Amino acid sequence: MMQEGLDDGPDFLSEEDRGPRAVNVDLQTDATLQVDISDALSERDKVKFTVHTKSTLPNFKQNEFSVVRQHEEFIWLHDSFVENEEYAGYIIPPAPPRPDFDASREKLQKLGEGEGSMTKEEFTKMKQELEAEYLAIFKKTVAMHEVFLCRVAAHPVLRKDMNFHVFLEYNQDLSVRGKNKREKMEDFFKNVVKSADGVLVAGVKDVDDFFEHEKTFLLEYHNRVKDASSKSDRMIRSHKSVADDINRIASTLYTLGTQDSTDVCKFFLKVSELFEKTRKIEARVAADEDLKLADLLKYYLRESQAAKDLLYRRGRALVDYENANKALDKARAKNKDVLQAETSQQVCCQKFEKISESAKQELIDFKTRRVAAFRKNLVELAELELKHAKGNLQLLQSCVGVLKGDT
Amino acid sequence: MAASSPRNPPPLRGAENQDPLSEMADEDSDEGEDIFVGNSNPVAESFQPDTANGEEPADLFSEEETSTAVNSSITTFKSNGVHSDNENDLFAEVSVELSMENPSTTAKTSGAEFTPSLTLSATQPRSMEQLEEEKDEDSFDMDVAVTNPEKIGDGMNAYMAYKVSTRTTLPMFRNRTFSVWRRFSDFLGLYEKLSVKHSLNGCIIPPPPEKSVVGMTKVKVGKEDSSSADFVERRRAALERYLQRVVCHPSLLQDPDVREFLERDELPRAVGTHTLSGAGFLKMINRASDAVSKMTIKISYSDAWFDNKLQEVESEDLQLRKLHAVVDSLVNHRKELCGNTAVFAKSMAMLGNSEDNTALSRALSQLAEVEDKMETLHQEQAASDFFILAELLADYIRLLGAVRGCFEQRMKTWQSWQEAQSTLQKKREVEAKLLWANKPDKLQQAKEEISEWEGKVTQYERDFDRISVTVRKEFLRFEKEKSKDFKSQIVKYLESLLQSQQRLVMFWEAFLPEAKAIA
Repeated sequence: MMQEGLDDGPDFLSEEDRGPRAVNVDLQTDATLQVDISDALSERDKVKFTVHTKSTLPNFKQNEFSVVRQHEEFIWLHDSFVENEEYAGYIIPPAPPRPDFDASREKLQKLGEGEGSMTKEEFTKMKQELEAEYLAIFKKTVAMHEVFLCRVAAHPVLRKDMNFHVFLEYNQDLSVRGKNKREKMEDFFKNVVKSADGVLVAGVKDVDDFFEHEKTFLLEYHNRVKDASSKSDRMIRSHKSVADDINRIASTLYTLGTQDSTDVCKFFLKVSELFEKTRKIEARVAADEDLKLADLLKYYLRESQAAKDLLYRRGRALVDYENANKALDKARAKNKDVLQAETSQQVCCQKFEKISESAKQELIDFKTRRVAAFRKNLVELAELELKHAKGNLQLLQSCVGVLKGDT
Repeated sequence: MAASSPRNPPPLRGAENQDPLSEMADEDSDEGEDIFVGNSNPVAESFQPDTANGEEPADLFSEEETSTAVNSSITTFKSNGVHSDNENDLFAEVSVELSMENPSTTAKTSGAEFTPSLTLSATQPRSMEQLEEEKDEDSFDMDVAVTNPEKIGDGMNAYMAYKVSTRTTLPMFRNRTFSVWRRFSDFLGLYEKLSVKHSLNGCIIPPPPEKSVVGMTKVKVGKEDSSSADFVERRRAALERYLQRVVCHPSLLQDPDVREFLERDELPRAVGTHTLSGAGFLKMINRASDAVSKMTIKISYSDAWFDNKLQEVESEDLQLRKLHAVVDSLVNHRKELCGNTAVFAKSMAMLGNSEDNTALSRALSQLAEVEDKMETLHQEQAASDFFILAELLADYIRLLGAVRGCFEQRMKTWQSWQEAQSTLQKKREVEAKLLWANKPDKLQQAKEEISEWEGKVTQYERDFDRISVTVRKEFLRFEKEKSKDFKSQIVKYLESLLQSQQRLVMFWEAFLPEAKAIA
């Protein structure tokens, strides 16, 4: 299901789209635990992912096994990480976005309704286009779910998580229902409180230079990545529109060309053929920009948010620690409930130090991953753009040569 | 054929050369030599750094750049009697408040190149008719250009003046090269004179560009934005193509009005005695031709050729309109892409600034620059889309209207003939009745009428035969021109696409090492 390509687009999804996904590199893929999504099925309004695991770890009953999971189960796993205090000091890999085929489905439906108003060729063409678009979205959502799992599998601590193992191995439905209304409301309020708190916490100046720098950096970076992500989306959409227009031009020229067999009609046919080919390339350029640029930015938007969350948790722990210190001083001064204050302070201290220790490493790793991912994707983007431009160029050159030779 | 020059968007960079000859240039009335003489005019090249066009500056019309001597041109112009008649609403090409110092308006035009379209290459003639046509066309050499749009006057009474330059070897002109200044209403006036004279013969008269109150008002009001500059450029190019088509036409070229238009310093102001503006006339034709096409069924004898051709024209018209709509959409989307790319480039630059890994930061800035360059690319491509492709289609949609008008004229002639025949028949019946009723006075009158109508029938029949021949000839000629035009313009368009891709390759090749250098 997943590997279906376009009729004539042999490298619409090249090798880089299989295997560890494009966005993240540097995942220590060691033999002890390898996870991937080997198959996926799109049904009505849900997608079923086949999660395939290969592991030499003793925790699992077999060395290789697969289960079927849905999007909600991924979210459940992610949320369980977030809610686990033990993982407060780690960047929790961002949850994959919900598969969204609504727009694509709507377009396919509209096409079906408008079938009567266009020629058979036009209809077939447009249908192919939309199906390809649907397929592309499908492939993307698979990729994003896979990246999440790979990130977890590569993390020295998270990969040992019990829930994760259950997720990978338990071959029944996890009975994880999506959140009901009340839970969603709770989440909403939690987020409101959290962001208000986040502002407070962020205001506290950190003693540690490293974290202070990271805080400022991440804040700015996150905002700019957000901006770049939305702008790249818009640009790519325009690009797709241009490709669509060239498609229609090709069709109309074809109609003009078939009206007669004069010289000029043959000319139109040749040009129509050229435009057919160039617009396929243009469409691919837009698709590649989407994959290599837009998706990259989107991913780092989510990851930078996860990093910010980590900093927030650390900041929160710092504030708690400082408050506990103050409470201890007060208790000592009044000589009341000193023991309680001491234990409380110690707990806060430990928590804070634990988070700080792992957070530092996490943030450094984040940077390394980010640089590597950008490098990979920018290089691939440039190579693809070059490839397509050269392809286009060759087509145009040969066509112009033929046309000029004819006249 | 009227192959219009490649258009670049109004160059925002002030890459102008001061033409040393400019002071000569603008005073000319008929000494337009500086335009055509292959004087060092590197200017023609400088405006198209990226267009790999085969035309050299030593081309016929390497045009000069800046019309610095605006005032002198105004004086010569005013003597043309081109005051804006306010009562002449038809040609209210009213005032255009473009500042003359705006380099982009003039600069643009000089970037234009004129391809010598009238020297035909010998193609294999497919019929006697075509052979004849070719012989005619090869025997003369004539080039026309419309350049240097300038605003004359102020406020609502101002108007745009265009320089019309001709170069020719034809003996009927006084000089070999000469220029005059004309305004838009003059072009319309020429069209109407030609229509009145020739359309009844079945000639296909090239229609001029349409009037545009909105467009001109903006220019009038003095909005110096790219839309008014675009509008002026679009009009200038359209006027040039219009004139080129007119002089390309062997019969029209012989018309003294055309000669006068090209040569005469002072053209009497085209006063609006006609209710026909270019567009109005066409509307009439279009409406009428609908009525006429219903009549074609009635022609009983072997008129298949004309019927077929008319049908072809109509279906072609449909397709061209469709194509034009799509090309329009393409232009808009490309402009949108251009804007979005610019915005994205800025955003990328900001991201690069935040990034604290130096190599990545630099690569992101470089990417931002690449996207910036792509924006320019998209902008230029949109201009190509418009000026080469969209305008070509628009021209031919109008021309097809003229062709239909032509066919309609023939129908009308046929109708007159048929009506005359039936009138004659009636007169004969009257005569027969009179003979029977024996009324000698009336009989005499009846006989006179009969001979009058017999004469008319013969004449109308001759008219019809003649117009049929003309229409047929005109149509074949039109088809040939159209074929040539489309081919050359589309090839030109493809070449512009080609150049874009070449530049794209350059951009990305430059960027790739930067991306690889990230560590």
